[in-house]
Amino acid sequence: MKELALHLLDIAENSVAANAKNITITVLFDTVQDILQMKVEDDGKGMDAERLNRITDPFVTSRTTRKVGLGIPLFKAAAEACNGSFDIQSAPGQGTIVTAIFQNSHIDRMPLGNLKSTLVSLLIGYPDVHWVMKYGFNGNIFEFDDEPIKKELEGISLTDPAVLGFLNEYIASGIENVQATNT
Amino acid sequence: MSKVKSLEDLKRVREEALKKQAAKNTASKIQIIIGMGTVGIVAGARETLKAILDFIEQEKLQDISVRQTSNIGMDSWEPIIQIVVGDKPKVSYGKVTTQIAQQIMQEHVVDGNIVKEYVIEIQ
Repeated sequence: MKELALHLLDIAENSVAANAKNITITVLFDTVQDILQMKVEDDGKGMDAERLNRITDPFVTSRTTRKVGLGIPLFKAAAEACNGSFDIQSAPGQGTIVTAIFQNSHIDRMPLGNLKSTLVSLLIGYPDVHWVMKYGFNGNIFEFDDEPIKKELEGISLTDPAVLGFLNEYIASGIENVQATNT
Repeated sequence: MSKVKSLEDLKRVREEALKKQAAKNTASKIQIIIGMGTVGIVAGARETLKAILDFIEQEKLQDISVRQTSNIGMDSWEPIIQIVVGDKPKVSYGKVTTQIAQQIMQEHVVDGNIVKEYVIEIQ
């Protein structure tokens, strides 16, 4: 994958597959400590200890059509190649938290890429999930929560062209303003 | 610093959407499904989806539902999109780049003609 935002999309897809109803994606830049932290938290079905131990193995997958699952090992390798770390916390019925930490300035750190596109893909693709995204830069945080938006829309589809326009601008300006405050 | 869009803006968006809904005639409902498993993502499915959403926004298409699925099961054909118009059979398209997605949106979704050269199956 060419972007960290694509890894987030992939990990969030796992959360959806685990029947999560609430999924929170967090991206925090800290240029003082030189850290980029990414986290995907869900309230899905979780995993037992045995499965958790094997999950970073590229030959483990929950899918039934093909026997290899590469998403998590790829993300783990990306973090570890950047002087970072990777962690998964999970228990059956307790949901899952995937955390990846990167040395922000590391030469091999992939660009974040199009976070807005990742978020919009998830919002549109899985409207029954409650999505929250927190994007932070040195303590300034843009928090996106789709619940008030869906409430306000009252049955108008998220794929209505005017709503798509709103979502794109709302998320882009939120991300931009967090970055602008710091530069 | 750009102006942050607020939920007040959303109220206006909703009112406009409601007006259009009242005005339009009853077109058949269109469903678009895109495969967004790891293989699909690596093959560019997010950009394909973005091209579809941009097309909907620019052409102001109403009544289209867009959904994701984790895995369609034909990896070598990713990115894959499936289109269902009303009660017609489901058409699966393979290797859908952003350009092909725009072409399919215009020819299949808007004009109602299946784009045969990219079809992998019709079921």
